[in-house]
This record gives sequence, structure tokens and C-alpha cells, in this order.
Amino acid sequence: MINAWEVGTIVAVVAGVVGFVVVLRRDVFAAHVIPNGAFAGAAGASVVGWSPLVSLTVAAVATALGISGLRRYGQRDATTALVLVLALAIGSAFLSQSTQNASAAYGLLFGEILGASSASVGPLLLLGAVCIVAVLSRWRALLLSAVTPDVARAKGVSQGRLDSGFLIVVALATTLTVPVVGALLVFSLMVGPAAAAQLLVARPGRAMALATGFSVSIMWLALVAAYATEWPVGFFVASLSTLVYLGARLVTHWRATPRRSTAPTSHHQPTGRSS
Amino acid sequence: MHWLFEPGLFTSAPVRTALAVGTVAAVVSAVVGVFTILRGLAFAGHALTDVAATGGSGAVLVGASPLSGFLSGALIGAGAIAVSEGPESHHREIATGVVLSAATGLSALLLYLDATTTATTGVTQRVLFGSLFSTSASTVPLTVVLGTAVLVLTAVIARPLLLTSLSRELARARGIRVTLVSSAFLLIVAMAVGLSALTVGSLLSTALLVGPAAAAVRWTARIGRALLLASAIGVLSTWLGVVIAYDSYNWMPHQRSLPVGFSVVVVIVTVYLLSAMRTSGPRGDHRG
Repeated sequence: MINAWEVGTIVAVVAGVVGFVVVLRRDVFAAHVIPNGAFAGAAGASVVGWSPLVSLTVAAVATALGISGLRRYGQRDATTALVLVLALAIGSAFLSQSTQNASAAYGLLFGEILGASSASVGPLLLLGAVCIVAVLSRWRALLLSAVTPDVARAKGVSQGRLDSGFLIVVALATTLTVPVVGALLVFSLMVGPAAAAQLLVARPGRAMALATGFSVSIMWLALVAAYATEWPVGFFVASLSTLVYLGARLVTHWRATPRRSTAPTSHHQPTGRSS
Repeated sequence: MHWLFEPGLFTSAPVRTALAVGTVAAVVSAVVGVFTILRGLAFAGHALTDVAATGGSGAVLVGASPLSGFLSGALIGAGAIAVSEGPESHHREIATGVVLSAATGLSALLLYLDATTTATTGVTQRVLFGSLFSTSASTVPLTVVLGTAVLVLTAVIARPLLLTSLSRELARARGIRVTLVSSAFLLIVAMAVGLSALTVGSLLSTALLVGPAAAAVRWTARIGRALLLASAIGVLSTWLGVVIAYDSYNWMPHQRSLPVGFSVVVVIVTVYLLSAMRTSGPRGDHRG
């Protein structure tokens, strides 16, 4: 349980930081697709004979590159959806060829406390640090291109490279999150807390800190609840994230109600003033 | 033609059912899909398949019919997205994301309870990936009826829908209730997706909704032609995919045939890539 605690905390911090940028850049769909690609890789691990961690990483990064590459050739959402179905199709083909039983697939999709307690802390810490350093080192460019793309372009930020670079960071963050909360729920941990934080706080730096705080608390509560009930961790992570987001929506609603005339300002995205 | 059609292809009952159900799902998804692509709703369209699957897992648990589970799941999901996105469309992606995440979390619990409290096995795979070949022949008439209903509803709101998709302001000026039309269309997508998620599996449901339509709108700017072309691409891809999956029984080691979802998706993605290459180069006008 101590180990699950440490692993969960690392995962939650990384998901909070990366998820904040995901929501800001409106990469929510991509953040849903990359874990599914990772799942396809994990399903293939037993067929190809690679270690699970390696195939998770390779598949997640390949999916990220597929999304950012194909996006230039058509509508963003549509091409992302096609990468998704291709990844799932490959995953289902692997599952049909492997002799693994169904419960292994279930664990990969929805996470299990066992995955958290048996993971080794060292590699996770390293991978997580890489993600956070990558986000912080390109912090200003990421914010600028998300909030005012035109200004970013004028300042010489290469959108294409930033795009694929960031999606690779999402892929790495996914790799470390999948074994704990499962491929389908990495997304919950990234999106719910960050969307809530951005509704509540306008300054990017503070909003990111709040998002991380939310995701860490959600993870701790979810681990305790899953340990006590033996229900899947992912269920608690997803429902707590949803509750946090709904709470934030209520708070902004109350804030906006007394002064109806200025209400629209509360819906604005955080502006890139400074961190 | 024996190199293409393995013996027994056309006499096999599962194949005939798969072709019938697949054709209906392909046409309905393609028609709804063209509007989905025009409105930039691919993410919501996909999310609704997952929400429908949540309804499906709930139905297994309480012993209700899977169809009612899938349809009510998708409709509730569409309602939740419509309510939480509000009038501002830039909230849509996050609203969709939150609904999707809540539904997936619920799925995790329901599938866990399905597996531990009921004697059914393999629920996870069946609900998530489905299989065209395991569709029972008795669902064919129901699929046709529901599919027709979706097409009729789409036809009814087609004109205001097209106008709001192209310009919200113009539509509003013409007295069209934009929010109402948008919500009505989300419910239509939910019905289409719930139906196809049940019959062809949620994987193929997204593929049939997005792929043929996205390819078709690259070939023509006229809505009528796009609808016809998308339907044709969807139907032909499904047929070709079914044939490949059936034939693959003899190609693969250990005689484990490829899943039919896989072969159909590969055909659809290939068609899209060919369309993207032909109408070459990055296009600016369709960016989300």
C-alpha cells in the first residue's frame, strides 16, 4: 500500500501538470486517443514478445506522432478519430491472436490497485521528471501558442514541432499512468482537475498548481476508496474528477450570477499574463 | 473469383447477417457522419459510443435488453454534453471530455460488477469491441427500423442543420433556433451511434461515423454528393472488410481469423489516406 501511495502520487503530479497544458491547448481528444494507442501496444506485447513497459511507450509515442502528423492533412477531430480507430483495431487484432485471458485486458483498460503496488518507483520517477521538465522548459511557448497562436507564430514558435513535441510528452505521461489507473482513465485524471482549475483561477501558474493539487487529492482518495472496497481505482478517479469539475462549474455560476452584465468574462480562458 | 471469395462465404449465415446489419449501420453512420464532420463533432460522436457502451454494461447488470441500455446510455450522454457545453461552442471539447470520463469511470465499475456478480464472461471485450459476426439474425429487422428512423429525423432537420453548421449568425438571423437544432442533432448522433455500437461494436461505430464522411467531404463540396459518396464508401468498406475477415481464417497461423472490426477499419483508413493524398497538401480551411 505504501508503494501504491508513492506511485499514485507521482502519477497524479505528472497528470496534473501535463493535463493542465492539454486542456489549455484543447488537446482533450488527443489525450483520450494516446492511452488507447498505448493499450494496443500493451495488447501486442505478449504477441511480439517485448516487455510491457517498452511496448506501452513505443505504441503511445507512435500514436502521438500519428495524430500530429495526420492533423495537418485534415480536420483535427476527424483525423484524431481515425488514428483512434486504427489503434483500437490493431489492439483488437493482437488480442484475437494472443492467448491472454480477458481479465488482463480489463486491468489494462481500467487499472487495478495491484498495478500500482507492484510498479517500481525508480523508472516512474525518472519518466515523470522528464515530462515535467519538458513542459516547464517550453512553458511560455506552450501558453502563447495555446492562447494567441498568431502572436506565437510572429515570435517564431514552430507550431508543428511544438505540437508533436507536446503530444510526445502526453505519450510519456500516459505510459506511466496506464498501469495504475488504466488506459481509459488516464484521461480522467488529466482533464477533470485541469478543466476545473482553469475555471476557478485565471493565472496559468496558479491554475496549474491548483490542477496538480486536485489530481493528487483525487488520486489519494481514490486509492483509499479502492483499497477499502476492492472496486476499480479508475471508477473513483473518474467520478471524483467529475465531481471536482461540476463543483467548479457551480462556483463560477454563483460568481457570475449577481452581476449578470459582466457574466461572460468569467468564461474566458486564462490569459498568458505571467506565471 | 475463388482467390477472393473463399468457399462457403455466401452460404454462411453469420456472414449474411453481418453484411445486412453492417450495410444498415454503414449507411446511417455515413449520412449522420457527413453532418458530424461539417459541425466538427467527431470527438462527441466517438465519446457517445463509449457512453452507449456504459449503458450496455449497465443493461447486462440489471438484465435489461442490450439495445435499451445502449440507446439510453447514448441519449443521456448526448443530453449531458448538450447541457454542459452551453451556448459557447468552445466549451464543447471539455464538456465532451468530462462526460466521456464520467461514463468510462462508471463503465469500469459496471463491468467489474458484471464480472463479479453475474456469470457472464468476456463482457469487457464484447461490450468494447463487439463483433459483426456475433450479431444475431433476429436483430436485423429492428436495426432496419431504427436506422430508417434516424435517417428520417436527419432529413427533417437537414436544412436548418446545414445552415447552422455553415453559419450560426446567418441561421439565427433567419429565425432558426440554433441551440435547439444543435441539441436535436446531438440526439440523432446518439441514436445512430447507439444503434451501430450495439450491432457492429463501438470500435467500428466510430470508424463508420467518421471515416467515410471525412473522406467524402474531401472529394466534393456539394452536400448531396457528399452524402452519396460517404454512404458508398461506408458500405463498400464494410463488405470488403467482411470478406477479408472471413478469408483470413486460412491465412493466419493457428487458424485464428482476424477480427472483422480490424479489417473494416484498415480499409476505411486506407480510403481516407488515399483521399487526403489526392486532394494533397495541408488544408487550412477545415482546421478545428
